Formats: sequence, structure tokens, C-alpha cells
Amino acid sequence: MCLAVPGKVLEIKGERAVVDFGGVRREAIISMLDDVKVGDYVLIHVGFAIQKLDIEEAKETLKLWVSILKETT
Amino acid sequence: MWNNFLQGYRNRALALRIAKMITAKAQTLEKTKIMHFCGTHEYTISYFGLRSLMPENIELVAGPGCPVCVAAIEDVEEAIQLAENENIILTTFGDMVRVPALNKSLWEVKSEGFDVKVVYSPHDALKLAEKNPDKEVVFFAVGFETTAPAVAYEIIKAKEENFSILTSLRLTPPVMKYLLESGDVEIRGIIAPGHVSTVIGFEPWNFVSEYGVSVVVAGFEPVDVLLAILMIVNQVSEGEAKLENEYKRSVEREGNIKAKEIIKNAFEVTETIWRGIGRIPSSGFKIKERYSYRDARVKYSIKKEIKKTSMPKGCICDKVVLGKAYPTQCHLFKRKCTPRNPVGPCMVSTEGTCYIWFKFGKQLPSPLGL
Repeated sequence: MCLAVPGKVLEIKGERAVVDFGGVRREAIISMLDDVKVGDYVLIHVGFAIQKLDIEEAKETLKLWVSILKETT
Repeated sequence: MWNNFLQGYRNRALALRIAKMITAKAQTLEKTKIMHFCGTHEYTISYFGLRSLMPENIELVAGPGCPVCVAAIEDVEEAIQLAENENIILTTFGDMVRVPALNKSLWEVKSEGFDVKVVYSPHDALKLAEKNPDKEVVFFAVGFETTAPAVAYEIIKAKEENFSILTSLRLTPPVMKYLLESGDVEIRGIIAPGHVSTVIGFEPWNFVSEYGVSVVVAGFEPVDVLLAILMIVNQVSEGEAKLENEYKRSVEREGNIKAKEIIKNAFEVTETIWRGIGRIPSSGFKIKERYSYRDARVKYSIKKEIKKTSMPKGCICDKVVLGKAYPTQCHLFKRKCTPRNPVGPCMVSTEGTCYIWFKFGKQLPSPLGL
């Protein structure tokens, strides 16, 4: 039930946004997030955005782990 | 790909490398039990076959993180009582309608001719109230802190007088504390729920380390879960027990402050019953008095005395949610109890361990070829 799916913001209409989940589009409430822009990735749970995903952090974390694992294995 | 940034978190070579590292690091360890709280983590573990990558001394067990499984039978009975009313449209999430209560499920109530509808979100329930002004719409809200802000938002924002909410929302850290206090399950590490923590932050999990247990907040891709296991195994092998955050792309120290505020505005924290576990102090959300007009319990003065709150005969779902038993240890599993005809709640929900084990078992090849 805590399943949350990342989606890309296509359009913002006040407290709502149209979010794309790889072709499936749905409206979600984004009022819990600051500064949401078109093109941002947001995490949607039951039609409600709970977080703006930090894509750079996602890439950095992975890069860091890949380098640690390369050194140690 | 629309979510290209996640591809690395499903990378086979990386997953295998992490698994190899876990095996190497775990060599000196005794039997180490790691519990993941969240049903979605169990889904990742089973779907991607991650248990098959673990060395023999690393055991992965599921915890009480399936809201449908732990929703009190009293709450389901209240929902049934409301649904059996000609004037009410009872709405809830998909899994909830199939949960067997004392005599029947909400789905069976629907088959008797009453109006029970599955909705994707609390907002969809509100839209139903707008469209049906001559009916009363009740949303049966089941979930954890992840779901609470979406429900709180409608409690505060909704204008429709014919819309109310029957809450069965729970807080996750208190049940984890209950589990650690009981000492029944010897856990050495906990994989904390990533989306609950997206809302509440990672700080509330700090208490876990006081029990000498490592805790890592993790995301839901296979590489996320494997990294969390590696972080726990690293800690255990170093003799440490601390809080770490693997899911940095989503979880911050403070969580989502606005979401926490809206929860605080709409709800007060109260003692609540967890199915198969019992009463746990400060582990439930109750609608605040100022919004009592949205509270279905107040609006319809429902009270139903239920004496028997245990699991159906033979069902060990209560042990499964506490990591004390595996589904395969239940003699009903795959025999009398199947997703089509679930006996207990763990076989109903897509986050229920029994349902997940029934669906993926151990025999299927992993989609990543792991």
C-alpha cells in the first residue's frame, strides 16, 4: 500500500499536475511540494505527490557505489 | 525511457557484484536475520529472486508493513456495517474489499446489492461524492504515514457535506518498537520503509540502533534492497548498529515537512489495534475533533463490540507479519488459502507475504536473470 511510483510532470494547474507514468497520464495533487516544475520527477502515492525526486542524487549514489564495489571486488 | 535514471538500480551486473560482496562480508558472521518492514520490499525480494543470492547465514524476513494485513478486524466490520446501508457508497482501496472479516468481506457485501466501490485515491472518493449529492460517500482509509497526507488533505480541503472518512491509518515506528521490545524475533538488521520515511524523514528510526540493531532506510529497486543488505552486513561485521539512509534520492532527514504538518492538522495520535498483534500505544491516526464532521465514526455513531479478534482458524498471518513464520509453514498456504479464496489477510494484499510467495514462489526465474 506504500507503493509510490515516479512520474514526470507534464503540466501544472495550481495544486494539481498532469503526471506521465511512461505513457499513462494521471492528475496528481502536488501541493505538498515546493517549486515543482514541468519536467521534474515526482513520487506519486494514491494520487498525491509525496516527494520531488533528486535525479542527480540518484545518479551520484549509484556512481559512488559502483566505484566502491570496483575497488573492493 | 521515461524513468531512465532508475535503470542503474535494476542493473544485473551491479546486483550480482553487490550480492558477491554481501557473501564475502558475511563469511565471518553467525546466522543474521534481517527484517524488511515494507510489503513492497518483500515484493522486490521475491519478484527479483534476491533470497537466492543470499549466503546461507543471511536470512531475509518480512515484517508488519502490509497495511491491509494489519488493519483491525474491528475497522473492517465497521466498514461492512456502513456499506450495508442503502444510502451509503463505501469506497476504499482495491485490496481492502477482499479482506475476510468475521463473516464476510466488503466484496461479499457488494454482491448482496450494496454499493461498494474501489478507488485509486481519496480524491477519487471525493469526486464520487460530488457526482452523487443524494448519497453519502464514505472513504475507508487504510494505510501508513505514506497515505496519511493524502487523506488529511481531503479531510481539510473537501467541501462536500456528503463525504466522510473511516480511518484505519497507522504509524510504523511504534510497531517496530513493539517488535523489538518483545524480543520474540532475533533481528540483527532492519530495512526501514522508504516511502513512509519519505514523509516522516529518517530520524524517527534512530531508536532502532538503541536495541543493538542496524537500520537502513531503503528504496524499492533490486539494487536499492541489495545495497541496504550490504550496508547492514557491513555494520554487523564491524560490530556497529546505526541508522543509514540508502534512499537518498527520496528520503531526507526531516522528511516532507508540509506533509507532516497536514497530518498534524488533521489527525491526533492514538492507541490502535493491529490485527493479529494487539493494541499498540500511539500507533494510530484519529481525526481531530475540529474535523469531526468528516469522521464517519462520529457521523454515524458506529460502535460494534467484537470479542473475537484472532485470525481465522488455522491461519498464521499474525506470525507471518511479525517475521515469526514463513507462509510455507502454514498448512493452509496454497491449499485452502489462495489469492482467489484467501482465508487470511496476508493472502489478500499485493503487499501480503503469503500473496507474494504464492505469486512468485521460489521456482520462477528472476526477471533480471539473477
